[in-house]
Amino acid sequence: MRQGERRAIIGPNGAGKTTLFNAIAGEVPVSSGRVRFAGRDVTRLRTHRRAALGIGRTYQITNLFPALSVEQNVQLAVQSLTRRKFSMLGGGAPKGEEVARVDEALATSGLAARRRDPTRTLSYGEQRQLEFALALASKPALLLLDEPAAGLSAAERVVMASTISALPRSLTLVLIEHDIELALGLVDHVTCMHNGTVLVEGRPDEIRANARVQEVYLGRPHDA
Amino acid sequence: MRPPLSMREPLEEVGDALADDALTRTPPRVMSSRARLIVAIACVALLVAVPFVVPGYKTSLVIETLIFATLAMSIDLLAGYAGRVSLGHGAIFGIATYVVLYHVTTGGGSPWVAMLLGVAAATVAAVVFALLAIRTSGVYFLLLTLALGMIVWGMCLRWTSVTGGENGLRGTVAPAWLAAQPVFYFFILIATSLMTWLMWRFAHSPFGLTLQGIRESESRMRTLGYNVPLHLFIGFTVSGFFAGLAGTLYAFFNSFVSPSTVALAQSVEGLLMVIVGGVGTLFGGLVGAAVIIALENLVSFYTERWPMVLGFMFIVTMIFAPEGLLGFARTLLARRGAEHRS
Repeated sequence: MRQGERRAIIGPNGAGKTTLFNAIAGEVPVSSGRVRFAGRDVTRLRTHRRAALGIGRTYQITNLFPALSVEQNVQLAVQSLTRRKFSMLGGGAPKGEEVARVDEALATSGLAARRRDPTRTLSYGEQRQLEFALALASKPALLLLDEPAAGLSAAERVVMASTISALPRSLTLVLIEHDIELALGLVDHVTCMHNGTVLVEGRPDEIRANARVQEVYLGRPHDA
Repeated sequence: MRPPLSMREPLEEVGDALADDALTRTPPRVMSSRARLIVAIACVALLVAVPFVVPGYKTSLVIETLIFATLAMSIDLLAGYAGRVSLGHGAIFGIATYVVLYHVTTGGGSPWVAMLLGVAAATVAAVVFALLAIRTSGVYFLLLTLALGMIVWGMCLRWTSVTGGENGLRGTVAPAWLAAQPVFYFFILIATSLMTWLMWRFAHSPFGLTLQGIRESESRMRTLGYNVPLHLFIGFTVSGFFAGLAGTLYAFFNSFVSPSTVALAQSVEGLLMVIVGGVGTLFGGLVGAAVIIALENLVSFYTERWPMVLGFMFIVTMIFAPEGLLGFARTLLARRGAEHRS
């Protein structure tokens, strides 16, 4: 992928989309092949080292810090980039540049009014927004979004889609999404996976017209 | 967020339950700053008055409470903030006590040098424990720290030439100027207050927040760029450092150490103090230590079957106040505050 490219990974359940994300982020070891990022082989790097290089992600199942406040969630993402995370006697509240970055992330996610609330009290839609805010607050160069619109209402999906569209073009984006129309409207390229392998790649209009993709999603005519 | 139950090891679930949900919630702010100040001043006044109002045996009980409260709070740094329940802290505490007594009674050294050596030895032990245990969680962490503690206990029992075996080590280690009880009391009060303040600062620092993040979701912390094992290693070592400090004070106080000081029962008692007071509250360790030590002494005055009575009390606490006494008080105050506002 080129820097700034936006790509969707589509495919039926069990195609290996999330496993691919886990392999890129370093959460599962790869049995073959290499993972290269920014011209560097990161196959043997641990997850936190890859994150420090600029690989950020969200999860299909919301993965937050439920007992901590919304602000503390964002603060953990912001301070992950600084030496202050090792400060053992300093005040726990954000300081200096962190304050602006936490405020910015909360404003972007629309959760500024709920910054003091425990995360577990947020609605599902708000938790998805916070998940997204956390991934962005760690300033990634490559952002892996695993079904960001899953479980959201129609109105919330529109908000999520516009938030993704508004991301800076310098950010490289890979998106897994089952809502094909939503996914194809957000990206420049699409990879369709099936049974752990790449079935077909192309531009969104090419993928829409591809017979093999339709076959994988809709089944063979005689299967129906 | 943790993976679904079906994807996890059943034993891991059991261990996590010890440091989970109700026990580790962020406490609601239930008192105004003014009310907190009044409570703090009242506590300080009470503690200052102790050696003058109840000298002798009861003052020594308060000294014991302050020392064990420090041990309990060091356990809470791991259990309440990092979500790792240790059964090895009794051994770390006891190692410091052994080193102080050995250096002063057998080696004829200075008590202050002994104190430094005791804390250093406890910290080294915590480093070894941490290196072996930090990659585990839940009940596996619990069992590994228990096993490491048992090894220390076995060494103290069998290494007779150094530890005195079952007879232990005995001798006055505190300097002569601390001989008068009120002086010794204020020495312990100042030392434990300083340690409590340092632990509070640590728990509420950016590093303390990372430990809470690890407790809540290790996978999320990793993908945010945190080296989870490194943070747990540092957290365990700091916790062991404070347990060691408590152990050196115990040597000054008790002037005796035996294998029972490093035994599993010591770790369990420290953990029970945390649970009774409230996991993840830090000051709960102080409340738990006060309640358990007071009850041990009070109940044993009336019956030889006091362990049974204490066991019954733990069961009642677990059923009716699983968040601990401090957590229970906070919930009660929050409820009354809400009723008052409505």
